[in-house]
Amino acid sequence: MAELASMLPTTTPRFLPKSLIPWLLSAPGAIFFLMLLGMPLLMILVLSFNSFDYAEGIIATFSFANYMEVIKDDYFHEIFFRTYAISIAVVVLCIAIGVPEAYILSRMRSPWRSLFLVVTLTPLLISVVVRTLGWVLLIGGNGLLGKALEALGIADASAGNLMYTHTGIILALVHVLVPFMVISVWAALQKLDPSVEHAALSLGASHPTVFRRVVVPQIMPGMLSGSLIVFALAASAFATPAILGGRRLKVAATAAYDEYLNTMNWPLGAAIAVILLVANVVVVMSYNRMMERRFRRTLG
Amino acid sequence: MQNNGKLALCFHTLFVIFLMAPLVVVMLVAFTPHGYISYPTDGFSLRWFRAILENRSFIQAFWNSLYLGIGAASVSAVLAVPAALAIARYQFRGREALVSLFLSPLMIPHVVLGVAFLSFFSRIGVYGSFYALVAAHVIIIMPYTMRLVMASVFGMDRRVEQAALSLGASQWTVFRRVTMPIILPGIAGGWILAFTTSFDELSMTIFVASPSTTTLPVQMYNHIAHTIDPLITSVSTVLIVLTALLVLILDRIYGLDKVLIGKG
Repeated sequence: MAELASMLPTTTPRFLPKSLIPWLLSAPGAIFFLMLLGMPLLMILVLSFNSFDYAEGIIATFSFANYMEVIKDDYFHEIFFRTYAISIAVVVLCIAIGVPEAYILSRMRSPWRSLFLVVTLTPLLISVVVRTLGWVLLIGGNGLLGKALEALGIADASAGNLMYTHTGIILALVHVLVPFMVISVWAALQKLDPSVEHAALSLGASHPTVFRRVVVPQIMPGMLSGSLIVFALAASAFATPAILGGRRLKVAATAAYDEYLNTMNWPLGAAIAVILLVANVVVVMSYNRMMERRFRRTLG
Repeated sequence: MQNNGKLALCFHTLFVIFLMAPLVVVMLVAFTPHGYISYPTDGFSLRWFRAILENRSFIQAFWNSLYLGIGAASVSAVLAVPAALAIARYQFRGREALVSLFLSPLMIPHVVLGVAFLSFFSRIGVYGSFYALVAAHVIIIMPYTMRLVMASVFGMDRRVEQAALSLGASQWTVFRRVTMPIILPGIAGGWILAFTTSFDELSMTIFVASPSTTTLPVQMYNHIAHTIDPLITSVSTVLIVLTALLVLILDRIYGLDKVLIGKG
């Protein structure tokens, strides 16, 4: 039996020590990753401590000057504040929209449920550029939203122009990211025991009360993990804020892009990238921590 | 499961409209007969779809993206299958670390990867090379391939392999004739998801793609940054339709919810 368990899907020379087999199998991927992921990340870390001169380019020094500039300069304060303020707003809206929608989806009858699940998930696979273009057509000058507002007599057409506004960026990011919230909450809802809901209903609780007091507490882990995914992706989003916010409303990702490709100040751009990376890793690590705890609880 | 109330169905309708409106608007504008952004209220024309064929840069970018996606998804599958077998079947030191390594690109913002790859590639002198672009994409899509392949390796019944072995098949034959066919749907699902991710990737690629290796999303982004005309909506429409077809295939062979929700 032991020999069967060590069976390997490739022919291996008999003299090969068994403990080496998993390493040999994973070596191509691992080496590839260490070379092509480890080296570049190490490189921007080093680069972020270098300095930059418009005449001489990148100078190999070691200083915290780039980080100090980001920390001290009001220009970067505004950019990072905007990035995280937008992300929080997007998370709040995704909860407000995604949680009820996931609940409604889970209560649908069989053919409709899988149909609308696909409808909800498909946009995830459609290019972000395409989805953002749709929002430009809706909320741009002369867009459909302005026309609708005017036709309904609510406001004049210019009120529908949300290009280069925070509202516009938030709206489009919610559209791009809300499927992740629905997915997370939907997965949590699948584990729910419907008899608990029935018990609450039969004891006289109203539907909203059941949702608030019985369902929501149980899907809290799904909501939290969804929030962290949405937050991490919103904070590092590039295409949507770049197209809808342009130069006027820069976020961390578009600022790093500009430092790299327009100003050509790579060390400063690298410092912004490192800060963005560290913030994101902290967020995702806490997400993983939470998932682990959740697993431990469900597995008892 | 009970039915939803009227209020719930209203909410659901609004949600679907919210989700679909931007895509529908793009597809409507694509059929405009005019030379500017407008809805086809006074006629219906395919001129902007014909215009795509005359636009060399979009066509070239499409082929670049296609080759890039196929190349990167295939390399990632070749790397992921043995690694997933090692992770799923062996207990060894560093196993957890290996999983974290392969899934780590998920938690790195793509812009950061773009910055990192641009610095790295220009330092070692391969900036602008198509193969460098493929390598960068392999890093980004590996977590998706890995998750699906790992899920199928974990999910398979190993007694089938043992039966084949005990009947005298060699280990290579067992892998080729038993293991591979069983985990093939997982590999295929991972390949398609990886391909789509690669094909749509913008935030990282925009740093690494040179004028000669421009991908479709980068070309579209540059076009939008410059001007918004019906041409970009017809290109987008083609993309939406192709993605929808891919989703149908993915849903049929694998179940879309399993691909996207199943954590693997």
